[in-house]
Amino acid sequence: MKHKFFKSGEPWIWFNAGAIAISLVMVLSLLLLIAVRGLSHFWPADVTVYELKQVDGNIAKVMGELYDEEVPKGKDPVEFKQLLLKTGNRDIYGLDFRWIKAKEITSQYQIEDVIVIERREWGNFYGFVDSVSFDGETFLANDGEAFQQAMEDAIGRANDLHKQIRTLEKDDIGSINYDLEQLRLERKRLQLNGQDSPDALAEITAQEQQLKNDFEAFQAKLFSLYEQANRDSISVRSIDDSTLEIRASNIVMAFQPNNLNGLQKLAHYFGKVGEFIFDEPREANTEGGVFPAIFGTVMMVILMSIMVTPFGVVAAVYLHEYAKQGFLTRLIRIAVNNLAGVPSIVYGVFGLGFFVYFLGGSIDDLFYPEAKPAPTFGTSGLLWASITLALLTLPVVIVSTEEGLSRIPKSIREGSLALGATKIETLWRTVLPMASPAMMTGLILAIARAAGEVAPLMLVGVVKLAPTLPLDANAPFIHLERKFMHLGFHIYDVGFQSPNVEAARPLVYATALLLVLVIILLNITAIKIRNRLREKYKSLEQ
Amino acid sequence: MNQISNEYDSVKDKVRSLLDKQTDSGHHTFRKIKDLVAKHSIAVGGVSVILAVVMIFFYLLYVVFPIFRGAELTQENSYSLSVQKSVIWGMEEYGEVGFRIDHNGDLLYFDAQNGESIESFTLNLLPEESIRAAVYANREDNLLAVGLSSGRVLFVKLAFRISYPEGVRKITPAVEYPYGEDGVELEADSLDNLAVAKNEDFLNLVAVTGSNLQLVRYEFESSFLDDSLELEEIANQTFSSDVKADFVLHDPAGQWLYVVSKSGDMQSFWLEDDELQPNERLKLVKQNTKVTEAKLLLGGTSLMIGDASGVISQWFPVRDDTNTYRLTKIRSFEFSDVAVRTIYPEIRRKGFIAIDDNNQLGIFYTTSHRTVLLESMSAHEDAGEGALTLALNPRGSRMLLANGDALHAYHVDNEHPDLSWSALWSKVWYESYPEPQYTWQSSASTTDFEAKFSLVPLSFGTLKAAFYAMLFAMPLAICGAIFTAYFMAPKMRTMVKPAVEVMEALPTVILGFLAGLWLAPAMEENLPGVFMILMFLPIFIIAFGALWYWLPSSITHRIPDGWQAALLIPVIVLVSYLCLEFSYPVEKAFFNGDMRVWLEEIGINYDQRNSLVVGIAMGFAVIPTIFSIAEDAIFSVPKHLTSGSLALGASPWQTLVRVVLPTASPGIFSAVMIGLGRAVGETMIVLMATGNTPIMEANIFEGMRTLSANIAVEMPESEVGSSHYRVLFLAGFVLFVFTFVFNTLAENVRHRLRKKYGSL
Repeated sequence: MKHKFFKSGEPWIWFNAGAIAISLVMVLSLLLLIAVRGLSHFWPADVTVYELKQVDGNIAKVMGELYDEEVPKGKDPVEFKQLLLKTGNRDIYGLDFRWIKAKEITSQYQIEDVIVIERREWGNFYGFVDSVSFDGETFLANDGEAFQQAMEDAIGRANDLHKQIRTLEKDDIGSINYDLEQLRLERKRLQLNGQDSPDALAEITAQEQQLKNDFEAFQAKLFSLYEQANRDSISVRSIDDSTLEIRASNIVMAFQPNNLNGLQKLAHYFGKVGEFIFDEPREANTEGGVFPAIFGTVMMVILMSIMVTPFGVVAAVYLHEYAKQGFLTRLIRIAVNNLAGVPSIVYGVFGLGFFVYFLGGSIDDLFYPEAKPAPTFGTSGLLWASITLALLTLPVVIVSTEEGLSRIPKSIREGSLALGATKIETLWRTVLPMASPAMMTGLILAIARAAGEVAPLMLVGVVKLAPTLPLDANAPFIHLERKFMHLGFHIYDVGFQSPNVEAARPLVYATALLLVLVIILLNITAIKIRNRLREKYKSLEQ
Repeated sequence: MNQISNEYDSVKDKVRSLLDKQTDSGHHTFRKIKDLVAKHSIAVGGVSVILAVVMIFFYLLYVVFPIFRGAELTQENSYSLSVQKSVIWGMEEYGEVGFRIDHNGDLLYFDAQNGESIESFTLNLLPEESIRAAVYANREDNLLAVGLSSGRVLFVKLAFRISYPEGVRKITPAVEYPYGEDGVELEADSLDNLAVAKNEDFLNLVAVTGSNLQLVRYEFESSFLDDSLELEEIANQTFSSDVKADFVLHDPAGQWLYVVSKSGDMQSFWLEDDELQPNERLKLVKQNTKVTEAKLLLGGTSLMIGDASGVISQWFPVRDDTNTYRLTKIRSFEFSDVAVRTIYPEIRRKGFIAIDDNNQLGIFYTTSHRTVLLESMSAHEDAGEGALTLALNPRGSRMLLANGDALHAYHVDNEHPDLSWSALWSKVWYESYPEPQYTWQSSASTTDFEAKFSLVPLSFGTLKAAFYAMLFAMPLAICGAIFTAYFMAPKMRTMVKPAVEVMEALPTVILGFLAGLWLAPAMEENLPGVFMILMFLPIFIIAFGALWYWLPSSITHRIPDGWQAALLIPVIVLVSYLCLEFSYPVEKAFFNGDMRVWLEEIGINYDQRNSLVVGIAMGFAVIPTIFSIAEDAIFSVPKHLTSGSLALGASPWQTLVRVVLPTASPGIFSAVMIGLGRAVGETMIVLMATGNTPIMEANIFEGMRTLSANIAVEMPESEVGSSHYRVLFLAGFVLFVFTFVFNTLAENVRHRLRKKYGSL
């Protein structure tokens, strides 16, 4: 019996089954890991107070969210268990996190009115509110309703003001700065072209003066806003009785996690998810949202699609419909196929050398001599990144489109031609519409690849923090020469280059989850379209 | 009947008249033109896309090519100006202004392009004094030490002030005496030769008078009155050398003094406690050969010796087993058949220009052991007395050749002498290294640093990473593909294939991030557990198979055939969990409680981010690539082949091994090739999951730096057009060609396979 089992080759079948099972387990556990770590980041954890017995017999209180538990390898869990607490209050303690020893804990309990204040600087604050100063009036914590109201108003107004300040700084003053820069370049251009007649210069100076006046008006407005924003403040006290005055303008939000019920926690959770997706990053990318990175990724992918689709389709149509089939086309086909396997970093090298330095440098020489020596297109930016990725994904579109074209039965082409249609009419009216799902598949696969590709972008355009989006209200609205942020690079940068890796890690998981979700979604769509396409033509062929 | 025929005719006529109308109205022509235009524009579009793709290859080649090009000399002008009788002559930084100092102390600045004099000065000499020797104390500052017949030494700085009136560079030459106009007084009555070493704190002056040498060592003292520097004598030593002091060379750091005689003897001295101690005596050339020229290379570590047989050899001190420095011959250049007359070291690179007695000029580079140019300059002989001498500007872009009363101005195009096939791919003996090595070190903080561009450690790292990745991925992917294509239930297959496709689409930046920040620390913590998983998983899988085999059929029949993989998932999870749980007990029992320490005790280094981590993470990225292609190849083996085999009584496994796999083997081979191509070029995973140190260790517990990660790290900060930039392009080119060749091979195999199946 035993002999027979081994002789039948059955163990090997099981062995092979094990291989695919291991692969599946790996994929699933990886997705699970990212999902769990990424999603749990936004949950408002309870804040607990731990009383620790010090060596000298005193009791010290530590308060924070329980982040992690660890027993050093091979040590007794009772004796050596450690807890990692997120204690926040970086301005008081110097660090956001603290390890405590479990055996030193004499008691642990939760206080209802613990407040967590998310700040624009110095990370979270964990503690208690003593008083709120709102419009010059001071409300003490035991004032009840009035106090609550004052605090909400203070934070609400501070956030409104913050929004106004941001709009003013970014949109209004940003646009004035942009216009001033344009005028400076205009003047230099006139000088370079020898057209700097006094009239023209005077006009530019007048415009500049106008802008400067506007600027000063905005500046004054900004000043008053800042003053208003700094008027309100909250007095807080940490668990070890250090007191602190937090300006309302420094507060993003405040909540009492121990007081929230399930539903409120859920609401808070989705609020945080929304903030993550729609807000800008704070504190060196370790807090806040990833909106500019999402925006940059999407923008780049759209530009890339606009470039790669027509070229890829034309090349595929030429190869499949027009070129004489022979040794050469076979060679080209193999070459195109292989380009999909060329490492992406090689495209990055090519993009940097050819597009950025050669093409970009030439464009600067020809069209932007006034901006020199500062490069306009002669440095890495959105346009070059999209073109590089378009080149990178070109083989995907070509191969996929050609496959679609070759699946269309000959009879359909012949029918059209027999009815007197010309070749282009046949192509345009029958072949291409039928092949369009294949093109879509190619495009989606190209997008999925481009969205996840980071290595070439590091050479041709991404930065860790772009001050401005590549799309804004200043003409010509799309600024192809600007650098941009990218989800994939964001993961690399925050995960590996950030000074505060421990605090940033949950955010990296969340970003990774977002990226994985987008890419899986795109891929599943592509797979679905492809399968439907196959079914469709299977019936045609019969 | 007639009616129908009539009707038919009328329809026919109608159609014909319609068609005629179309032709007449030009609609036909329009359609024809449209078709033609479309045809040509699609052809142009298609061909240009294909050309664009081909351009990648040629552009990379175009950037890389200058590396291997030799140097070029272009004569720009000739004019008459006598410099050969002067004590010293040369050019400033840009090669625009030349200078010469005559024995009587006249200093002339002239335009190096046309010989017109710009300005002349007279040095601070007493009437009866004349200049005996002048040497550079510091090349970058144009600081000269001028030895006078009275035993006085003047320090003269040739100042070239640069201004940009109207955006054009203008150089105004002047003369300065940074350490006073009187210079320093040596006790000797006269002096024959000088050697000077100057660094930030000290200045060493070695004067040669006959067979006596005198070392005077000065310290810089800042003056009380202003911020000028004064020289404070701290040591004065007179000694004699057995070796005739035909050439006296002192390195800028002031550590070594070499005395070389024309007969080929060398005596070196080593500075210790402000005194020069004899170090070793050596014969530098073969018997009966004479030394005709000796110079120090940039940095003063290497001694270049030119001899009468036309050979130039490089020597530098190498620390031997007894920890003493011995001057060692590193490499030599067979320059010519006649004596080497002049060696002129480049000022900012470790290269030099030499001229022999036949007026042949050679440009060389030491580290790359490269003869960049050999050109006969005998054309200039007629103009003068025959012996050529030369000067080069610090940038190495301009050269002046002197011949009697004539000067010839040359432009030197010598961009990348520091790179050669041997410098990139073989062991190179770098200065102050104990032996030839493969080293990649493209930048450092010190200024006299020499970039070391060996691609060998990077290629080694690339192959190492790919090897471990393939080691992990190949069995899983191929075995998985076999099962999925041949044994798996169709329903499960429709679920597995999308899962693998999702796996393929996972961005590598995420895999790299998880590998670096989650897997690497977790693995370090549970090292024995990881190895136990690798060991026990196959055993338990087969054991479970055996168990299933012996289970009563009432249970086994509930699960249809082809779902084994699904059954195994809980087994795998359980076994892995148990292995990790038992990780520490095993570690305690066999590895003294810490496997990492244990490994280091038996001499194996352990880095947290090591090849094992990379192997697993990159293997994860490669599995789906190999899986998809291999699965495709196995699945498309025609069904009648397997049916025939099964009908003849072979078991499924026998059919697989004897029929399916041989038929599909080319496809599996091509899958592996394409997977290898992907592993070789992968960037983000290795960038994030290794320490990126360019080492050459096969140890699985150490990291590596790959070609692609190296490009990603260094490309953004490399200067456009520099050697470093071009070497990085070369690395990209190597990656391109490597993957392209492998993929073409694989694609060809696959194509043939498809043809073969088509005929079956």
